[in-house]
Amino acid sequence: MICADAIPNVKPKQQRLILAVVALIAVIGAGLLATLALRDQAAYFFTPAEAKAATITPGEEVRLGGVVERGSIERQTDGLTIAFRLTDGTAVVPVRYTGIVPDLFAEGSGAVADGRFRADGTFVADRILAKHDERYMAPQMDHIPLNAGDTVVEGDAA
Amino acid sequence: MIAELGHAMLWIAAGLALLQIVAGIFELRGRHIVAARPLAIAQGVLTMIAFLLLIWLFVRSDMSVDLIARNSHSDKPLIYRISGTWGNHEGSMLLWLTILGFAGAMVGLFEKRLDARTLTATLVAQASLALGFFTFLLLVSNPFKRLVPAPPQGLGLNPLLQDPGLAFHPPTLYLGYVGLSVAFSFAVGAMITRDVGPAFARAMRPWVLLSWIFLTIGIVAGSYWAYYELGWGGWWFWDPVENASLMPWIAATALLHSVSVTATRDALRTWTLMLAVVGFSMSMLGTFIVRSGLLTSVHSFAVDPERGLYILGLLAFYIGGALLLFGLRVGAVAESQRFNWMSREAALVLNNLLLSVILVIVLVGTMSPIVAEALGSQISVGPPYYNPWTAAFALPLVAVMVLGPLLRWRQDDGAKVRKWAPLLIGAIVITIVLCLIFAPGMGILPLLGLALAVGVGIVSLAPLVGRNLRRTPLPVWGMVFAHFGVAVALVGMATESAFIKERLAAVRVGETVEVANWRVRLTDVRPVVGPNWTAVEAVLDVQRGNSDVETMRPQARTFNQPQTETNEAALKTVWNGQLYAVLGQSAGRDEQGRERWQLRLWWKPLVWFIWAGGGLIALGGLLSLIGRIQPLRTFRGNKAAA
Repeated sequence: MICADAIPNVKPKQQRLILAVVALIAVIGAGLLATLALRDQAAYFFTPAEAKAATITPGEEVRLGGVVERGSIERQTDGLTIAFRLTDGTAVVPVRYTGIVPDLFAEGSGAVADGRFRADGTFVADRILAKHDERYMAPQMDHIPLNAGDTVVEGDAA
Repeated sequence: MIAELGHAMLWIAAGLALLQIVAGIFELRGRHIVAARPLAIAQGVLTMIAFLLLIWLFVRSDMSVDLIARNSHSDKPLIYRISGTWGNHEGSMLLWLTILGFAGAMVGLFEKRLDARTLTATLVAQASLALGFFTFLLLVSNPFKRLVPAPPQGLGLNPLLQDPGLAFHPPTLYLGYVGLSVAFSFAVGAMITRDVGPAFARAMRPWVLLSWIFLTIGIVAGSYWAYYELGWGGWWFWDPVENASLMPWIAATALLHSVSVTATRDALRTWTLMLAVVGFSMSMLGTFIVRSGLLTSVHSFAVDPERGLYILGLLAFYIGGALLLFGLRVGAVAESQRFNWMSREAALVLNNLLLSVILVIVLVGTMSPIVAEALGSQISVGPPYYNPWTAAFALPLVAVMVLGPLLRWRQDDGAKVRKWAPLLIGAIVITIVLCLIFAPGMGILPLLGLALAVGVGIVSLAPLVGRNLRRTPLPVWGMVFAHFGVAVALVGMATESAFIKERLAAVRVGETVEVANWRVRLTDVRPVVGPNWTAVEAVLDVQRGNSDVETMRPQARTFNQPQTETNEAALKTVWNGQLYAVLGQSAGRDEQGRERWQLRLWWKPLVWFIWAGGGLIALGGLLSLIGRIQPLRTFRGNKAAA
């Protein structure tokens, strides 16, 4: 049997107020928590020149974006690791990556590497993103001047 | 001519939307005109005709239309010429608007339960939404713009989008997104007439269910598409576009539970209103994220700040307006029924709170790159942020799912919880012990996930115990299926993340590599030709233990128009998981001068449970929806007979 006095002795208006306050606290709390967590867990994006200027601790997760320098891709003997250089026209960073490179990864074309710097200045990537279709380019890459003669892989415009 | 006709249809429909607002306002002020309903229907029909005309232009490959020249190619198979209609900005916005108009027309045609004044106010709100997006389409994204002179051939469609599953993915997702506009308009309508109660909630519930089902299907299908098409082996990447569909789903899930409380118990009235506003706000935000191109995404299309700003303006106007109305009217909405802190209502409040917290975490993570960019630094937010923080609140949410269905409405004495506790605790303890024995290195999150999934799986069946299964109402079956689906999906996620095996190798023809207990032999690498692509195909003989040898054929494809390479992964599904194979590039020659190929293999135990669970969740929604509509029809049938 349900007995009426087991219902909390609050007026409907009070219960609504309590719920509203709890909801507000939950949402604001989540927002603060998320903002704090992002300080540690967001990866910063650098171009090679920015990476040279900034002090990045080796091992810190960062994202490096630039153009794959022409003639720089070298396949290692294991058949799986490649070494190449990312450039933004002013600075150059050597990158190593083990794995299958994405569609459209090519010399002279834009790429973004997720990974970390080693103490010797080499960037070790665990993921590489390339330009995905003929209209897509990471917004961060807009200001990277392409070297003369470099072309971004284009769709075959008729 | 067809393009001009379509363009004219859009202008007329926009005019009708304006008329619908004006007429609706007069109706609300007591003038005796009944115009909002027929206008909503006419506007929906005209928009749909415009959309069909655009499809027709794409099918005919009319290159004198700018949009088609930029996004299509006459060599494409018919299905991709059709799906190309919404594989671009303008076309997908027209689809968005078509569904918005369609939803308004559906409300005009079928909504019989809602109070007449509230219905009129709802249609005014719906027309206001439509008008804003009509101006957006007509002023800055006209899909029917001509291109002079017409080129002989178009540029083609992104090959990643040339996939039968993906062809119908955006329409499904959009039905979900834009379906939430109805809930939004209902909430605005009810706030205008101050008529919020169980009848209103019962009228709103089927619309929420309908869009929630489409959202669920869209997310599950999108996840599977990303899984096999991107060739990265993952099933969720926390990509901004994925988050854009996840956020409305989280809000809609919360709304679905809260609207049920309002419908059944007349509690949580303002809560339901707020969630209805938040739900469609998230849909619009999703549109903004996808369409503005402000975010780096694996599947973002055009980068166009003008359009992004326009959508942002619309977003601010509608959300701001709705929140303002909420602030002004919330005090006038009559109080809901009270409930005990130990009751099903309270469990559902907790469900809503946890869902809101998860929503905020995803929202902050998705939007922070935009904010950071405005402040001058560039960041990317990925799994290291999302995985632990969403899991930290999703697991308590699942724990609430274990308890909630065992509680009574209004207040509970804990009898049912005590009855089920031994079985639940026993099953959870056994799961944990088994995991610790057989997989001592298992992470804490997958372990908790598995244990809670077992709990949810058991409790999800509780509503059926002691019932005559034939007479069990469909909505009860719906809840059983949906909650059981969550358990199934959770088992898949936990198992896959804990026990996945990966192997990356450079392989000669004739060589065998092993992953988990599979032996994979590369027997041949050869060229193949498709309708608009060529590919290098690897032929793999795969064998698990001593079972039969089977063949997998992953490909590295090169599309002609536009010239693009994609990896076509090969999947081998068995009852307890999937073997996933991706062919990379040539790995050069070994010391003996024999050519090697890059091969990436994953063994993913129980991975298909994730999508099967998602399918069960959607099926649960469908059963519920049928159950909610049926009594209405019988009722109307009786009335007609009487």
